[in-house]
Amino acid sequence: MDQLLQHLLNATVLGGTYALLGIGLTLIFGIMRVVNFTHGELYAFGAYCMYLLVMLLNVNFFLAFFLAVALGAALGGAIEILLLNRLRGADIDTTMLVMIGAWIVMQNAEQLTWSGVALSVNSPFPADPLVLGPMSVSWNRIYVFAVAVVLIGATYYFVNRTRLGKAMRATFQDRDTAALMGIQIDRIHTATFALGSSLAAAAGALLGPVFVVTPTMGDLAASKAFAIVILGGLGNVVGATVGGFILAFAEEIGAGYISSGYRDAMGFVLIIFILLMRPTGLFAQKERIG
Amino acid sequence: MSRYLSFVLVAALASVPLWLHDFYVLHVLITTGIFIIAAMSLNLLLGFTGQLSLGHVAFFGIGAYTSALVSLGFEIHVLPDVTVGLAPKPVWFAMLAGIAVAGLTGYAIGKLSFRVRGAYFVIVSISFAEVVRLVAVNWVELTQGPMALNNIPALTLGIGPIELSFLRKPSFYLLVLAAMVVCYIIIVRLVTSRAGRAMIALRENESLAMSVGIDVTRYLVIATIVSAAMAGMAGALYTHYIRIVDPDIFLFIYTVTMVIMVITGGKGTLTGPLVGGAIFGILPEVLRAMAIRPEVQWIIYGVLMVLVVYFLPEGIVPAIKRSLAGWKRRPVDAL
Repeated sequence: MDQLLQHLLNATVLGGTYALLGIGLTLIFGIMRVVNFTHGELYAFGAYCMYLLVMLLNVNFFLAFFLAVALGAALGGAIEILLLNRLRGADIDTTMLVMIGAWIVMQNAEQLTWSGVALSVNSPFPADPLVLGPMSVSWNRIYVFAVAVVLIGATYYFVNRTRLGKAMRATFQDRDTAALMGIQIDRIHTATFALGSSLAAAAGALLGPVFVVTPTMGDLAASKAFAIVILGGLGNVVGATVGGFILAFAEEIGAGYISSGYRDAMGFVLIIFILLMRPTGLFAQKERIG
Repeated sequence: MSRYLSFVLVAALASVPLWLHDFYVLHVLITTGIFIIAAMSLNLLLGFTGQLSLGHVAFFGIGAYTSALVSLGFEIHVLPDVTVGLAPKPVWFAMLAGIAVAGLTGYAIGKLSFRVRGAYFVIVSISFAEVVRLVAVNWVELTQGPMALNNIPALTLGIGPIELSFLRKPSFYLLVLAAMVVCYIIIVRLVTSRAGRAMIALRENESLAMSVGIDVTRYLVIATIVSAAMAGMAGALYTHYIRIVDPDIFLFIYTVTMVIMVITGGKGTLTGPLVGGAIFGILPEVLRAMAIRPEVQWIIYGVLMVLVVYFLPEGIVPAIKRSLAGWKRRPVDAL
């Protein structure tokens, strides 16, 4: 029982960052219809920014986080303007291929710049964990969870309550009508991609100091983000949040009670299972067939 | 390609071991040929049915692992006191088993994943490949996990008193060439048949194809089975050539290599994967000879992929065809 409680606590903490990753991807996916293969690399980019700023340039840990998020948004915006702007109206496979190309370039550029060695980022939190009865959790993870929750809340607010968020949702619902209403679709796309990228970079900047930073860290993050998006449904922010927590629980319970070797397989098994049981997804609102 | 030209080309390729004695070059040609088979099989799905399967390497790896395991024999504990085992079988039988198992997996995956389309299908196919990789890593009793299966026997065929061995490179090269020709013929026959026309129809407009009575899922599954079996064959050839197989065979980057080959050559064309496969089979060796680091090589790949999508969206083969057609027409225009 104590073990189960510990697993549930771990899953909750992990679920926050998963939700962050999933929301970023689902926004890009839903609004732009772009399968963003660079999402994992932006996650890795956030983590490398933390390493560069905290370990090499001695920037304050918390300030470095904000800078990493801002740089992630800038990089995302740049990718959108450079690569995707001219592919407006191209079919989903074409943009996917371009994104795969960009993903390969980014990952190998990281490998070239930082070499394959795993790097660690020191955090200012005490090493002793917080003990809650039979459970314990490190302070760093509490910080990660708290920031993730704040960012998820801020994204909700932004998407649902602000003018730009409304324009994004309008674009998602009907691109042509939105354009006729005077929404500048190009700008919405750049903003969406930048927002999604900044969330990925935030997740990386949060988890980099918890784990280690490696050039291939993005692959696993991207595959998990894809699983979350499938779980939650295309462009569905609530779905992605719930999906993030479901995935975290499935992984944590699976690793604890089935086999830790298959931890990372849980998300994929979940996807396949859901498609067998409910091809429309857990939170399907609209069409699912592309 | 005209039939005459194809015969000349195959004959020319078949003569290579007679005059080329550099085993390194032969090795590059063999691995290129194996990847061309894999690319051709991917093209059947990607080019002719329009489904971007990014889990294709799973079929390649399943073919490789099945063939290796059947030829080596294995024993696994299903329950603590129940074991299931298989004595080592001849390599030709193992390769057929690899093809069959890959094809069956293709059937199961096709049935399952064609419930969704577009981006969802792509992600499901990636997930499938990743699950298979993780099984290969973790099911150590069967696959030896990261320790790899090694000492995989080479193919030998005994026909009466004659013993054919495919241990040495020249003979294996001819085997790969023969396999390529067989796959090419199967694909030509398939895509020019009724089933092939159904596939192209559903690629162009799925709703319209459905409305004229084409059972879309059925033809997609047929294409997946053929494609998976062919990829499995490429994997089986690969495993008995390299004679070691580890879970890295399932890495996503191999799927990406196949996709680049198909897209660059021209998806949905018969010769596109051959051209793209030859370019991207030989390019890594050229880049390595130029002492370029693997990371830079991959960056070049990525950039090339983006450039091809921007500037040659249909691929090299259709572009050449069009410019040839233009060149033939030009004298008429001048009049």
